[in-house]
Parts: sequence; structure tokens; C-alpha cells
Amino acid sequence: MSVCEKFLLRLYITGHTPRSERAIKNLRRICEHDLSGVYEMRVIDILEQPQLAEDEKILATPTLIKVLPPPLRRIIGDLSDTEKVLLGLDLLPVDLNLQ
Amino acid sequence: MSIENPKIPVEKLSTGIEGFDLISQGGLPKGRTTLITGTAGSAKTVFAAQFLAEGIRKTDEPGVFVTFEEHPAEIRKNLLSMNWNIAEWEERGLWRFVDASPQPGDEAIESGEFDLGALLARIEHAVRTVNAKRISIDSLGAVFTLFSNALLVRSELRRLSAALKGIGVTAVMTAERTQEFGEIARFGVEEFVADNVIILRNVLEAEKRRRTIEILKFRGTTHQKGEYPFTVLPDQGIIIIPISAIELKQRSSAMRVPSGSPEMDRMCGGGFFRDSLILVSGATGCGKTLMTAEFIGGGAKKGEKSLLFAYEESREQLLRNAHGWGIDFEALEQDNLLRMVCAYPESAGLEDHLIAIKREIDAFKPDRVAVDSVSAMERVGTDRGFREFIISLASFVKHREIPGMFTATTATLMGGPSVTESHFSSITDTIILLRYVEMLGEMRRGVTVLKMRGSMHEKDIREFTISDKGMHIGKPFRNIIGILTGKPEYLNIDNADRLSGMFQD
Repeated sequence: MSVCEKFLLRLYITGHTPRSERAIKNLRRICEHDLSGVYEMRVIDILEQPQLAEDEKILATPTLIKVLPPPLRRIIGDLSDTEKVLLGLDLLPVDLNLQ
Repeated sequence: MSIENPKIPVEKLSTGIEGFDLISQGGLPKGRTTLITGTAGSAKTVFAAQFLAEGIRKTDEPGVFVTFEEHPAEIRKNLLSMNWNIAEWEERGLWRFVDASPQPGDEAIESGEFDLGALLARIEHAVRTVNAKRISIDSLGAVFTLFSNALLVRSELRRLSAALKGIGVTAVMTAERTQEFGEIARFGVEEFVADNVIILRNVLEAEKRRRTIEILKFRGTTHQKGEYPFTVLPDQGIIIIPISAIELKQRSSAMRVPSGSPEMDRMCGGGFFRDSLILVSGATGCGKTLMTAEFIGGGAKKGEKSLLFAYEESREQLLRNAHGWGIDFEALEQDNLLRMVCAYPESAGLEDHLIAIKREIDAFKPDRVAVDSVSAMERVGTDRGFREFIISLASFVKHREIPGMFTATTATLMGGPSVTESHFSSITDTIILLRYVEMLGEMRRGVTVLKMRGSMHEKDIREFTISDKGMHIGKPFRNIIGILTGKPEYLNIDNADRLSGMFQD
């Protein structure tokens, strides 16, 4: 896999619920596996910083936003469907090509 | 969540929307959620926005507007046409948007479980930031289109509804419906979000649109039932016309005012009552506008101001005609004793006309009102709409405790019933009939006072003539019967005398 661009990811959660924890864990796992060393991940708790959710117009939580590289993408849910996450991160087509 | 004290009845929050507080008997249930449902174009968004706008304008209550459909910039722009400066209110911390409208080119990918916790957190944050008392959410149907899992959206909306109750704000949520009559709203939202449901309708009937509002339910509190017409005015928003909520409580006065014609005063037993409604009915050209002019002239002689709504003739025609009867409308206008409002009935809907009439009366504060003719309005609305127009107009004038003269044109030249009469006659105090009378190959005119509440009046049908001095009421027709039915028959004088003799003693 040839990922050399820097990935900037933001994960919005509402409080540290089991679902939030699951999303964080799933994201870490995916990133370590596919984006090792090229990603920067930030977790934002909306209950503490509601204005940030307002700025980004977040409705659902958890929401993962891929800020970089463009295009900007949103993935909602606890990220348990890995394939969908990879699709959202534009990593899946590359994967398929390699196979 | 706060638990409501069952001993305290449901409080209501005055909305400030004209007419709504009357039909809802005080406003929306306070601290609760009310669902506003209607088809596309039924003014749901206007209602939702006006609920906040009136709160800000009338009681300084800040509000939060959650939009799922339109972008805040569009809403700001659209509502500027109502003279609601949302941007300014936002600066002053009185209005706050929660923008949940679709973002361009942004379709989220769903991966696993989620909830709308972020939305709830944003709404609560907005409510706290401006200390909102009112919140509007527009519209719930759009939320369903954002996410694939309808079940989840339902449970989240229920959570939202419960959360709003907990914060203690009074909420309005809008929802679409596909038909004017049928299920209350799409996705069955009414089942889980609100104890209170209001339906807005925009029904097409006989090629005319008619807007109505109906309070379907208010849990635990009372409201007026049935549909009420409303209109949306560019600078005022929704105005509801609370027809049957109008109370019959006008006072009654024994004071008389001159009709403008001394003979007519005599026929009525000394003039019209000061707070009475007078219906003048007759065929076209038989003197209704003349009676109106006499009525205005009679008022002016006493220094009373008249307001004339003319729906059949232009200002110039009126001036010329009145001049022909020796009444100078132009001079009366200059002396501020008369104001003429001329309009084509078709220029607006009935509700809009009604509101315009009320505004004119409020602004000019006349001592007399004349509408020539009311029946011209029949063309504009549906039958039901017209009936409501007449009742509403009549009660409004009565509440001012001023005399109102309304003219109605009969359908045929020889008289006969008219729709206006059938709707109007029971609420008018005085009915004057003007009729053509064919006599020995000649057209004459007859006048009679058919009804006059609370007063003796003459029962004769008198002949009247029109000259450059106005109206002259002469002697009763003695040898003709059937004038009112439009089929006059002659009796010779002997028969007439014998007939009247039969009823003596």
C-alpha cells in the first residue's frame, strides 16, 4: 500500500459512552493497520465543546471527518463496518487495485 | 426531566400571532411541544419562524431555530420580506440558528451504530447560550431523508422531544403531509413527538386557494375547534381570522343617527341606531349607491367621518355620481370627513380584503362605515369563505359601535334573493329593500324598511325618485301587490280600498 499523504482525522463523540469508546477503538485499529505513521487523529467530545459541532454542522455521533487529504468526507457510526470506513477514507479502491 | 405538578393546569404561552391566541384560548401549551403539520406551501415555516419572531418583538423572549431544510442564509433572506431582521436579532443574542440543513456535496457514509446525540447537544447548547424560551424545528420530515434508518430517527426524535420538555422551552415542530385530508403527517411523527397537533391547510376549491388552520388536539387543555381561515401578508406574516371565536358581546345603544334622508329617518322611526348594521338590497342601478351617498352626506352634516369601501366603481365615477346627487365627496375628503377606498374585488383574496378593511377602519377611525357593494365580493371566494368574510366584517364593525351600511346587489333586476342577503340578513339590524316597480308601462322605484331591530318602522312600500338633490321618498304604492316578489300586479283602487278595509278594527 502506498499511502504517503498525511491523514488528518477528527472523531466527534458525545461523552464517553460505550459506543464512543467503540468508535475510538475501531478507528485506532484501522489507522494502525492502514495508515500507520501517516495519520493524525483528534477526538472531540461535543458535550464539552458544542460550538465545534456547530461549526462543523455535526448531527450524528460518532462522526468521523477526514479533513485531509481532500476531499473532505464524513463517516457516521461506531466504525464497526471496516469496509465502509476504508471507503470513506478513500482507501478501499487502492486496496482493490493492489489485490 | 422536570415532573409537572398535576394540580396545576396546563399553562399557555401567548404566541403573538394575530388571531392564534384567540382560537387557541391563550396560545401554545407552555413548556411543551406542538406539531405543525401541512402540505407543501401551507406556511409551516412561516408559522415556525413567526412563533420566534413575535416572541422577540412582543415579549423579548429569545428563540432558537433548528433548520433541517433551508439554509439559514435563505431563511434570513426570505423572512426579511416580512420585515423580520433576523441577522440583527442574532447579533443581539435573541435568535440563534442550529443549522442542520444539508451541506453541499456531503453525503455521509454510515458505518455501524450512531445516534443524534450531536444534534441534541447543539440544540441544548443553543438554548442555553441565548436563554431561549421558544424553539422551532423545521422540519421533521427532512431528518428522515438524512438517515437510512427510520426507526433510529424516530427514537432520536422522541428523545429530543423529551429533552426539550426537560429544558422547559415551548417548542414548535413542523412536519409534512402528503394530502390535505388523510394521515396527519408523513412518517407518523405525530405519534411520538407531540401532545399537541395543529394542521395548516391550503385547499384548492373552485380554482381558489383557501388557507385554514385547525387545532387538532391540545392534550390536557382547551382550544377552539374546527378550521379558521388565515392569510399570509408580506409585512405581517400569518394572520388568523377567528370567525366563530368572535364573541357576541357588543353593547347596544338606543342612540339614533340620521340616515341622510329625513323621509328615511321617518320610515325608520327616527333614524338608524348608532351601532346598527344596515343592509341595503336592490337590483343594479336602483339607488343603492345613492343611499350610501346620502348616508355619508348625513353623517358629514353632523361632522361625522365616513369611510367608504367601493368595490364596484372607481373614485372618479363615485365623485361624479355623488356630484349628480348634490353631494360633494371631494370637499368632504378635503375636510377629512370622508375617506374612499376603491378596489377591485379580484385584486386580493377575501381574507386579505378583510384585513385591509380592518386596517383602514383602525387607521381612519370613522364614525360611519359603508361598503358598496358587499355582494361584489361573492366573486372572489368560495361560498363558505364569503360567509365567513361577511360575518367577520359585520362583527368587526359592530364592535366599533358605529353604524355600517352594506349594499347587496340582487341577482335579477326585479329583485329576488341574493347570496349576500341569505348570509347577511340574520346579523343585520336593519334591512332596506330597493325595488324596480313596473307601473303602467313605466319603471318606478320603491323602497321599504323590511326589518328594523328594536324599533317601530313603517311597513309601507314607498315610491322614491332621484334628482340632482338626491333621494326623495314619496307616497306609498297603493294599488300594487307583489312588488317584493318581483311580479307586481295591479288592483283597481276599489279593490285596494276594500282590502285595507277588511283589516280595520
